Amino acid sequence: MTNSTEIELTKPPRSQWKDVWDQFKTHKGALLGGVVFLAIIITVFLGPYVWTIDASTIDIRARNQGSSLAHPFGTDQLGRDTLARMIAGGQTSISVGLAAMVLALFLGSMIGVMAGFFKKLDGPLMRLTDLFLALPLLPLLLVMMLLFREPLNAAFGPETGIFILIVTAIGVTSWMPTARIVRGDVLALKEREFILAARSIGTKNSKIISRHILPNVLSPILVSATLGIANAIITESALSFLGLGFPPDFPTWGRLLYDATDYLQQFPERVFWPGIAISLTVLSVNYLGDGLRDALDPRVRGR
Amino acid sequence: MKLKTALLGALACASFSTTAFAERGSDGNVSIIYWQAPSILNPFLSGGTKDVEASSLIIEPLARYNQDGEMVPFLAAEIPTVENGGVSADLTSITWKISPGLKWSDGSDFTANDVKFTADYCMHPEGGCAQLTKFNGVTNIDVVDDLTLTVTFDKPTPFPYGPFVGGESPIIQKAQFENCMGAKAPECTEANFGPIGTGPFVVTDFRPNDVIQMVANENYRDPAKPAFASLTFKGGGDATAAGRAVMETGEYDYAWNLQLAPEIIAQMEQAGKGTPVAGFGPLVERIMLNQTDPSSSLDAETRSTAKAKHPYLTDPAVYKALSLAIDRPLLVEIGYGKAGRVTCNWVPAPAAFNSDKLSCDKQDIAAANAMLDAAGYIDTNGDGVRETPSGVPMSMVYQTSTNAVRQDFQALVKQWWSEIGVEVELRNISSSVFFGGDPGSPDTFQKFYADVQMYANTFNGTDPQTYLGNLLCDKAPRPETQWQGENISRWCDPEYDALHAQLSQTAGIEQRAEIGRKLNDMAIEGGAMIPLVHRGRLSAHANSLGGVILNVWDSELWNVADWHRVK
Amino acid sequence: MLHFTIRRLTLAVPTLLFISLIIFLLLELAPGDPMAQVPLTVPPEVKEKMREALGLGQPMHIRFWKWIVQFFWIEPQVMIDWIFHTNFSEGKLRVISWQTRSPVMDIVIQRLPQTLWVVGVAYVVGILIAIPIGIYSAYRQYSVFDQVGTFVSMIGYSVPPFFSGVFVIVIFSVNLGWFPSIYDTTHVVNDWDSFVVQLNQMIMPVMVLALQITAQISRFMRASMLDNLNQDFVRTARAKGLGERVVVMVHVLRNSMIPVVTVIALGIPSIFGGAIITEQVFKVNGIGQLLIGAIQANDLPMVQTLTFMFAVLIVLFNLIADVLYGILDPRIRYD
Repeated sequence: MTNSTEIELTKPPRSQWKDVWDQFKTHKGALLGGVVFLAIIITVFLGPYVWTIDASTIDIRARNQGSSLAHPFGTDQLGRDTLARMIAGGQTSISVGLAAMVLALFLGSMIGVMAGFFKKLDGPLMRLTDLFLALPLLPLLLVMMLLFREPLNAAFGPETGIFILIVTAIGVTSWMPTARIVRGDVLALKEREFILAARSIGTKNSKIISRHILPNVLSPILVSATLGIANAIITESALSFLGLGFPPDFPTWGRLLYDATDYLQQFPERVFWPGIAISLTVLSVNYLGDGLRDALDPRVRGR
Repeated sequence: MKLKTALLGALACASFSTTAFAERGSDGNVSIIYWQAPSILNPFLSGGTKDVEASSLIIEPLARYNQDGEMVPFLAAEIPTVENGGVSADLTSITWKISPGLKWSDGSDFTANDVKFTADYCMHPEGGCAQLTKFNGVTNIDVVDDLTLTVTFDKPTPFPYGPFVGGESPIIQKAQFENCMGAKAPECTEANFGPIGTGPFVVTDFRPNDVIQMVANENYRDPAKPAFASLTFKGGGDATAAGRAVMETGEYDYAWNLQLAPEIIAQMEQAGKGTPVAGFGPLVERIMLNQTDPSSSLDAETRSTAKAKHPYLTDPAVYKALSLAIDRPLLVEIGYGKAGRVTCNWVPAPAAFNSDKLSCDKQDIAAANAMLDAAGYIDTNGDGVRETPSGVPMSMVYQTSTNAVRQDFQALVKQWWSEIGVEVELRNISSSVFFGGDPGSPDTFQKFYADVQMYANTFNGTDPQTYLGNLLCDKAPRPETQWQGENISRWCDPEYDALHAQLSQTAGIEQRAEIGRKLNDMAIEGGAMIPLVHRGRLSAHANSLGGVILNVWDSELWNVADWHRVK
Repeated sequence: MLHFTIRRLTLAVPTLLFISLIIFLLLELAPGDPMAQVPLTVPPEVKEKMREALGLGQPMHIRFWKWIVQFFWIEPQVMIDWIFHTNFSEGKLRVISWQTRSPVMDIVIQRLPQTLWVVGVAYVVGILIAIPIGIYSAYRQYSVFDQVGTFVSMIGYSVPPFFSGVFVIVIFSVNLGWFPSIYDTTHVVNDWDSFVVQLNQMIMPVMVLALQITAQISRFMRASMLDNLNQDFVRTARAKGLGERVVVMVHVLRNSMIPVVTVIALGIPSIFGGAIITEQVFKVNGIGQLLIGAIQANDLPMVQTLTFMFAVLIVLFNLIADVLYGILDPRIRYD
């Protein structure tokens, strides 16, 4: 008996992150979401080593084919292998989706917290948000392309250059809702007792924000994240069919879906794959977010 | 609205019940869908095809082109020619006779004064008239009497049918537009949205960029026409939706310009409610070859101008090999189906101008490779891309406007050219930027900051003289001209310029066609462009709609007065 | 709060003027040309003349000033004339579209009915469905209802309208023939039958739009409810013996509305802004289609006017949201 208590006592205190992880593990949806999301990432990034057909190779004799051993997902109107295009498209879509979502979330949360917490910043930052909400998206993107495409191409090469440009374009045009939502929550939070308590014992502003404010606005941020990733993938496809995105021989899920929409009646399976891929990604991120939210909420953790 | 239409129909039936079989307004409503919506019904203020064609239901020219490209009198009594004395022997003037008894839709008389007014309206220096080229060289218009007028040109004009012929040059009513000249043109919204015309229909409600409603013109010259009492003209959406509305759901009777993949058209046709129809004008999808160096390392005054020659595209071995590597029949099959034909010519129509000297319907990768090898373009460093004898890698930027078929073509051509050791980087640009003339944008087709670019071009009417003039040396876009100009590939051959000057002084269709064919061959063999597909116009009509004759030389709706319901 | 509202409203004037300047400069800087849609057969000299006729030859600051005068001075006069049958605006040049050469505001007014019918109804339907779903999903977290709701709304959100729109058209118009695939903007509702026709033609675009709106709002509603369901005040309320219905529908809901109010306030301007893709797919030809068409045709006066009106609505509704915060949570103070 004594022995065991001693062990208990000498064991280091459970770290907060271990608690979070334990709670996360018990959340079935989150685990499933995580597994699916990992599987998608592994497939699109390691897939090309297994499925070696090049996504842009045209085999015109094999066009418009259904599923077969040679082409499990069939081929498109030029005889390009759909599986290879899905894999290549996934790399772009997931990278763009994640990067743009992270950028938008970062900008949105930062501006939202700043505006909600510091009274002096609220006016200017929210007017900036109004301005960005009002700017017409297309002309803004055209101007960005005009100003930054050549310098970025010169600095990073055409593919990375356009990637940076698209991620930035989507990121800087989609942070505003997050910012407004976070600000609204922060406005209410900062008048709560526990913040007042923290302030009264002389906690620095930066500490109040990171320890008390941020964890409490996490759930709207996580919802924004899930919606944001879907938004980014679809916006990217909108950009490419407006001629503002990646070069035309560069497949992405959004563009595959858009191109296949015209063939909806002849080849319904062609819309199926990109549609499923986008939905699965969004769903898995959503469940991951749910799990994370529950795991980070100490009140739920005890349940 | 519905009641009014019905009443009008009944009225029309009653007043013309004596006519034997067809009656005005007996067939109810006809509905047309254009996936580009008309913004205005005054073709002089907007050159857009959608606006010109929508207005052709209401206002008409003196003569139109028919489906074979021949002129047929509409408001004129006959087509003036040198033989019938309508065109003066020195080719400097043309006299039009208007057919008697014509009335505007408001009941007033149509006279030569209206015709003269139309010319004055368009030639007003502040009006910004989109159809000004129709009146090129016109010095004077004399109204001889109410039904006769003479147009005088500044020099002998072998083709004097610019003014008042074809859908782009209809006649507007003097009384209505008198106070709308020049800078005042935009203030006349009511006139611009509902011109009074001589055509088969009259506007009752015009909603810009959305829908137009019309009823039959009570004063139309043929008392039995049009067969429809009313017409709905819907705009907007996309070509797929328009095709679907006619051929699959049967909601509409006529859909314009269905640029869709052949499989999609075929599938829609299977639904059995409508039929696609195709017609061929001179529209050619081509790859323009930049004769100048578009390299981004050059400064703005030199890049893509005649000051810097392209490192390899001006070499016959190169552009012939590039052309040889393309499988044109396959492009037609994939992109256009019934609405496309293989062509090696820049001017494939009218038939007299279509040269048969060149052939290009066979792809031959091996011959193309041999041609490049022989000319000294060899892959020296083993990266799969050939270098020029002076060591420049043959790596090209290939740009075009954003459009599903064009992107498929880009992918195919990229593959074929990679098989002959030419590397291609693809780029697509939104058509509102690509075809816009903003000199500040690097992405316009005039600036041509790429090695090759693909688009389609055509000409109006049946005479290609102006079109052939696009390749004259001084028409090259350059900084001094604010990057405006039609000679997109900056191709220049003094012999070509001289032969074109000869064309502008030659009368007689035979001789003109011969020179035209020669000019076409010079341009293609000289490497100004690689023609790919002779594109037709594909539209669709409901199976219950009769009388449709697709016309690519004039407005597609040219014979709407003859349309009727098939019972 | 009244003080705050008045101060914000006064501040809105310079803000909006600044926004209009930024929009103007952005549109000037953007590549593109109103002549892009004129066929290539029209030669460059003629296009240059057409540009001059549009007033493009004038320097930038003059054109901006002209727009300011036309929009803030002449257009209100036109409105007064229209209401009181006066004639202040006679002979004065209004904001004229380059595509149609007609006053921009006339077209906007023409487009409003179909936009409000379709996008407005979709928004109301979306909110009405989303809020109960959000509340119940949070209350019964991880129940079957919640799981199904999550699944459907996330799929709904990740399927873009360019696909879902065509999908419902193919099913309900082409195969079943229940609804028209093309919206008739000239249709007038004046009796029951014509109302049924109107319902028939709206149902598909409203469905497609409402799916997206529902997905978005219900997710925020659910997340926010979850945050509050475990708070101490809820426990207190229950301990006081309040009924479950009162606890959830009054105490929790009220405190959870802040993010939802924000999202709805951000969404309402877009009712007037229209839904670009959905309008295109169903040929509704509302304000969204007007805006995208104007952008494609580089019709700068039209784009400038539409975006500016949109900006006014954004500023206004964000202000309304801020006022609502104060009502929902009296602890929030701005002064």
